[in-house]
Amino acid sequence: MMKNKFKLSIGLMVAALAFTGCNNSSQTSNKGALGSSAAEKVFVAPGEHDSHYAFLSGGYSGNLTVYGLPSGRMFKEIPVFSQFPTNGYGYSEETKPMLETSFGFVPWDDSHHPDISQTNGELDGRWVFINGNNTPRIARISLTSFETEEIIEVPNSAGNHSSSFITENTEYVVAGTRFSVPVPQRDMSIKDYKGNFKGALTFISVDPEHGHMDIKFQVLMPGFNYDLSHPGRGKSHGWFFFTTYNTEEANSLLEVNASQNDKDFIAAINWKKIEEYVNNGGGTMMPANYAHNLHDEATHTATSTMKKEVRVVNPSEVPGAVYLLPTPKSPHGCDVDPSGEYIVGNGKLSANLTVHSFTKMLDAIENKKFDGDAYGIPILNFEDVLAGSVQQPGLGPLHTEFDGQGNAYTTFFISSEVVKWKLGTWEVLDRKPTYYSVGHLTIPGGNSRKPFGKYMFAMNKITKDRYLPTGPEMEHSAQLYDISGDKMEILLDFPTHGEPHYAAAIPAEIIKSKSKKIYRLDENEHPRKAISEADTKVVRDGKNVHIYMNMIRSHFTPDNIEGVKVGDKVFFHITNLEQDFDVPHGFAMIGARNAELLVSPGQTRTLTWEPQQVGVWPFYCTDFCSALHQEMQGYVRVSPADSDIELSWSLGE
Amino acid sequence: MKLTLKIITVLFISLLVSCGGKEEKKEETNSFQKKAPTEQKAAPKAEKAEKVVKASEKIDLTNKGIGPIKSLELPTDIDQSMVAKGEDIYKKMCTACHRVDKKFIGPAPSGILERRTPEWVMNMILNPEEMTQSDPLAKELLIEFNGSPMANQNLTEEEARAVLEYFRTL
Repeated sequence: MMKNKFKLSIGLMVAALAFTGCNNSSQTSNKGALGSSAAEKVFVAPGEHDSHYAFLSGGYSGNLTVYGLPSGRMFKEIPVFSQFPTNGYGYSEETKPMLETSFGFVPWDDSHHPDISQTNGELDGRWVFINGNNTPRIARISLTSFETEEIIEVPNSAGNHSSSFITENTEYVVAGTRFSVPVPQRDMSIKDYKGNFKGALTFISVDPEHGHMDIKFQVLMPGFNYDLSHPGRGKSHGWFFFTTYNTEEANSLLEVNASQNDKDFIAAINWKKIEEYVNNGGGTMMPANYAHNLHDEATHTATSTMKKEVRVVNPSEVPGAVYLLPTPKSPHGCDVDPSGEYIVGNGKLSANLTVHSFTKMLDAIENKKFDGDAYGIPILNFEDVLAGSVQQPGLGPLHTEFDGQGNAYTTFFISSEVVKWKLGTWEVLDRKPTYYSVGHLTIPGGNSRKPFGKYMFAMNKITKDRYLPTGPEMEHSAQLYDISGDKMEILLDFPTHGEPHYAAAIPAEIIKSKSKKIYRLDENEHPRKAISEADTKVVRDGKNVHIYMNMIRSHFTPDNIEGVKVGDKVFFHITNLEQDFDVPHGFAMIGARNAELLVSPGQTRTLTWEPQQVGVWPFYCTDFCSALHQEMQGYVRVSPADSDIELSWSLGE
Repeated sequence: MKLTLKIITVLFISLLVSCGGKEEKKEETNSFQKKAPTEQKAAPKAEKAEKVVKASEKIDLTNKGIGPIKSLELPTDIDQSMVAKGEDIYKKMCTACHRVDKKFIGPAPSGILERRTPEWVMNMILNPEEMTQSDPLAKELLIEFNGSPMANQNLTEEEARAVLEYFRTL
């Protein structure tokens, strides 16, 4: 009886609270998550899965992070351009070649714009591509293994920023240079920039079966800064659009000198036309030097090959392939709507948002309505190509995404907001603040023919007071919005890792079931694998000692090794014999001056260790693997350099 | 219904056992001699104190375990090509923890079919997580072997069946 009364009163209290909650939300619509059902909308019950994957660039972390939507939980950091001691990427012998470049081994980069592969303009969820901005590179990450499989360096480029965006059947992943440079690189006066530097726009073909990348051609454009780009789609498939700034071709104090022109350009490239030209032998092969790094899933090993030439095309060689569309005030984002008709130039110093019409552009080209040329490239009339402009929507427009319902969403850096506006009528429908100074935003599929317009998230450049303070340096903030209604509703505020620029997101069901669980041992073709006990051995080759080791819960075979000497270079080739989901083993060697290894089930990885001191040195498993994890250890005896102790190895003897 | 099922099961098992008997004759004296000492060993222990019989030495020829294998009738003849395949799989996937004739990380497989049903053996290979959590014998074995888990090596039913055939020759 007492209990029931108690329950009843609790029930009443809950009802009262709920009632009050409703009142609050109707009184003040900006009360946030507590005043509405926002908390419910982002709550993913323990054990349940999120409905979307989001792949956020890591910015200066050089990596890619995987998040769930709507929860904002981070699931994984995928190492791409940066060494990652957490699992040994870029430290293990198998993965070191991934970070080779024409500059040698480069262990870091600045990753910006992930883009998911498409078929017929829709996300197919096979791969995600991302650019390295600093040492120009493009990476391809598998969405079955969630590992970086391939990295190609981009020659003649510098500040690989208008990258990595893909055409609607993943024919090409496109990489444009932000900084123009001498092509080929040479010793010359910086003051002679104007007219001499070039901006390379690189079209990298993607093999439809394996995803392997190969540079098909580079268009050597005038020495502007090529800021961002997007492919045409639907009716404009076959074209690619790049925003430019610094059409002044300034080489110093760009802050002032690159903001002089009232209008810069969006460069429209008819890549189908250039492809045809190239297929017929057009263009010039020029000497180059760039790395192509490929990780083979069967051998679990990456190889790096230096490529020695690249095909370049001068726009004047292919009449009718390149045009310039005047666009006000240093446009940053270059975004194409799902129909392929509208090309949005987000003029970052402009009060208005400029939208060009693809149909009008074709018409102007057909009727040769040119307003002069730049280095032989025809410039179209601004008024002839303009579809419309959104009048004074905010300050500092940067990027636009689409919901597939005829609406566009643009971020405004200076006024810290996302503005929703209507394509065609150009009227502003809604605006919501971000916290603070938003850069990119992402709608799953928001830059494809088929957006999934339920969620939108904004990635901010400034965090300030959003979270508990963590000293001067902190993670960047992001906000998730529900965009399924007429008005945007902020749902969640979550920290992100590194500095995300763009992100790509996709409904979970497209990729979830394809996620790999293990690497099969019977498909392991690593030349130094040790599948059975009989394969385990220690072999000396001069000063190099190769230890063929394997591991399973919870021991290493062998776990006692003698005969290693000071001055040797020891290679631990370790195969994880597990064939069960989520049973990686780690390997850590005392004094190893690189990293640990985290070896997935069925995988082989190699760690190098150069013992410096005589003694008996332990190694152990770093990933808590079973109740006997603490027993998973072994010893290497290191003898003086002149010792005559023979190599020996054992387990359980 | 349940009762009839039980009766059928019992009948089926006795059939299996009788089949097994015939098969052992074909295998000649080896397995018979192996079996005898095991039984002799187990018997006196059981008399003294039943509780000290180790899980690995217990004989249970009715428990089929938990997993995909519900019933399996072993033919009289041993399929030698299956044995060869099973031996190969065993060497690649099992020897990290098992030795044919001696206790290693886990128990030795020799003579296993004198102690366990074929279904139990295959379920232990195919479904070790659930077995070591819920099957009484497997739970005891986990404790006997210091909590060292039986790893799921993701064998197909066909592969596990081949390994079982190989175990029949040990």
